[in-house]
Amino acid sequence: MRSFVFPEFEIIRDEERCGSCRGCERQCAFGTHTYDPVADRLVSDDHKCAGCQRCVIFCPQKAIVVRPSPSFYRPNASWTREKIEDLKRQAETGGVLLTGCGSDKPFRIYWDHILLNASQVTNPSIDPLREPMELRTFLGRKPEMLEISREGEEVEIKTELYPNLTVETPILFSAMSFGAISYNAFKSLATAACRSGTYFNTGEGGLPREMRGEFGRCAIVQVASGRFGIDAEYLNVAQAVEIKVGQGAKPGIGGHLPGEKVSAAVAETRMIPQGTDAISPAPHHDIYSIEDLSTLIYALKEATNYEKPISVKIAAVHNFAAIASGIVRAGADIIAIDGLRGGTGAAPKAIRDNVGIPTELAISSLDRRLREEGIRNQCSIIAAGGFRSSSDVIKAIALGADAVYIGSAALIAMGCTLCQKCYTGNCNWGICTQNPRLSGRLNVEIASQRLSNLISAWSHEIREMLGGMGINALESLRGNRDHLRGVGLYEWELDVLGIKGAGE
Amino acid sequence: MFTGSTDQARRAAKKELEAHLSRKFNDYFDEEIPTDDSVFVRDPPLLWRYFVLPRKEGEDEAMADSDYIVSQIMAVNTKIENAYVFSSGKNMGCFKGVGYPEEIGEYFMLDRLYRAHTWTVHGRFPTNTQAWWGGAHPFGLLDTTVVHNGEVSSYGTNRWYLEMYGYACTLQTDTEVIAYAADLLMRRQRLPIEIVAKILAPPIWAAIDRMDEKEKRLMTALRMTYGPLLMNGPFAVIIGETGRMVGLTDRIRLRPLTAATRGEIFYISSEEASIRLISPHLDRVWTPRGGEPVIAEMKGYEKGYEKGHEKGYERIC
Repeated sequence: MRSFVFPEFEIIRDEERCGSCRGCERQCAFGTHTYDPVADRLVSDDHKCAGCQRCVIFCPQKAIVVRPSPSFYRPNASWTREKIEDLKRQAETGGVLLTGCGSDKPFRIYWDHILLNASQVTNPSIDPLREPMELRTFLGRKPEMLEISREGEEVEIKTELYPNLTVETPILFSAMSFGAISYNAFKSLATAACRSGTYFNTGEGGLPREMRGEFGRCAIVQVASGRFGIDAEYLNVAQAVEIKVGQGAKPGIGGHLPGEKVSAAVAETRMIPQGTDAISPAPHHDIYSIEDLSTLIYALKEATNYEKPISVKIAAVHNFAAIASGIVRAGADIIAIDGLRGGTGAAPKAIRDNVGIPTELAISSLDRRLREEGIRNQCSIIAAGGFRSSSDVIKAIALGADAVYIGSAALIAMGCTLCQKCYTGNCNWGICTQNPRLSGRLNVEIASQRLSNLISAWSHEIREMLGGMGINALESLRGNRDHLRGVGLYEWELDVLGIKGAGE
Repeated sequence: MFTGSTDQARRAAKKELEAHLSRKFNDYFDEEIPTDDSVFVRDPPLLWRYFVLPRKEGEDEAMADSDYIVSQIMAVNTKIENAYVFSSGKNMGCFKGVGYPEEIGEYFMLDRLYRAHTWTVHGRFPTNTQAWWGGAHPFGLLDTTVVHNGEVSSYGTNRWYLEMYGYACTLQTDTEVIAYAADLLMRRQRLPIEIVAKILAPPIWAAIDRMDEKEKRLMTALRMTYGPLLMNGPFAVIIGETGRMVGLTDRIRLRPLTAATRGEIFYISSEEASIRLISPHLDRVWTPRGGEPVIAEMKGYEKGYEKGHEKGYERIC
């Protein structure tokens, strides 16, 4: 059937500059560029282009420009080009539209409507280059109080402490499984996490055996509805275990790793036959109530000898704060909350762009709910879903998060351009693919350095902003909404965020 | 204290408070706090003192007297308009007002009517709120008082943590959180003052990481558990308690603190000049380090488990 859809992008090649080296042809796994030996020139098929910019960056002659195609339908506020083309694609295929990455829809980005405070006169700002500026954070349940006994010089803590994760900066790598992303991308995250004093999350694809010894100390392992790759060693080499209930990009639905991406290594790690589809059901088939979740939490605590915090990751949906409160009472030490703009390797577009609530509002309402119930120190909150910069992170902390998960930001640091074609398995940047020719493009040494640099840069910026507010330890900003003001927000939004308007 | 712009409003607040008191306490004696009206102070509120005994009923019976009184103070301060309790000790009195310290002293006739073994005095330039009578220092809760020089930049964090334990911050100033934190940690959780000082002004991680295993474990546990009670920003505080006085400055010493002794008398102040004003000759004057408390205890009042000199702390008896 002939497609009635315009190409999304237009490829412009400067024939003067092009040396017909065929580099672009090799770079593009979508087959956009082909060499015409008769004319001795390269031709490009706009229809195949994903807009990932790989060929543009790697063209030695800088001869290629890829830009949005200017074709248009008659302008119509309701029937936008995207709506028309999505509809045409469905008419041509009869299927669900798939996409990758977090939602690109213009829902209000609250980070851009929140401003930070700084000290003037009465409360001196602190220079992070001269004074200590502490970002160390503990994730897990805290005791109500410490009981201390003293005999002369000897001070003894009598209260039993709960296991906590220690991070040197409140930024962790979000769950991205081996299978969804390439081995090299996965290993880059692990390497960078260990080097930067933080943690990576294995996602639900297991932890390759050969990585367990070296990277277990900075791993959070996931137990998801597919239960892939789980054995006693997997749970015990890690520093924390996360039960994945939901994901911000696709709340309420499961995952599906197509058989083509289940290579020998992926199959071994996930403990499934090679080439079979890895399907994560929408719900856990042993969790149909909060009691069932509690059973799983305690089963994992038993399996890990009560030495590791157990996290439960849920998507931010309408009534999630009440649900999260129940999850804390069910025994979770950490609540990971994934908002509307959370990323994904593959999700139905209709779900990604229409289900859930923004992270900013979710953090605030969850923090408030737990405080009102007096159980805020029984768990930590890790927020996820669309963190783009250090200022987003610090605002999240002031709204009540203990730390954040970054996914898309980490991928971008490695080269991702958010082209949203992750689900095709043809990632030209070697990140979201199991094709050895493509994944080999990602150099673990370089990619992990880029990730560590990102963590370092953001941490420096957080210290600067913290010092500006006259605070020298991150724990003094946690839930400290006094340091935030809103601009251009409605009353109800300020109320949910728990902040005042600018100037108030 | 009854505030309000008209006498009528003050009397109405007093009536409401007394109705509340009669439900919750047995009132043995009450009177207007004697003042010298020849001293000019601007807009004094109606000041009244009540000597009461708790009358706990129903669910409240299980509560300790002190917890009961604290919960009633919080109830009055949050629920009764224009009525505030700013002094609630058994053997401790707070006097506060808007004016110069000497005027307030004369207004309350402190030199003529009162004698005490421990005095804390504070003259304050209100940092970032308009001066009002309730906002003056010291802050008292039961037998503990706090005076504070500085600004708590962690106020929002300290506040939500304390709110979880039933403290309502109503007096529009950050010092309140220090008083409530001291009450929570020292009275309710029975932590020794040296430990409390390490919660309010903990050592930096770089220092903790160099400590021996045992101390490191203790400091880590304290910071982990009580992180939200870390007092950030510049401060020097003096905590007064029965038989004891504690001085503490923030961990990077953004506010000064000076201690001195002369004979049996102990002095602590933000500045040496103010100590010299009272006692020009001193036996010893020193500058405590940031985050390390100076603890002075009255003879005969040492608390059982805290005897002995501990490394790193200055203790005067």
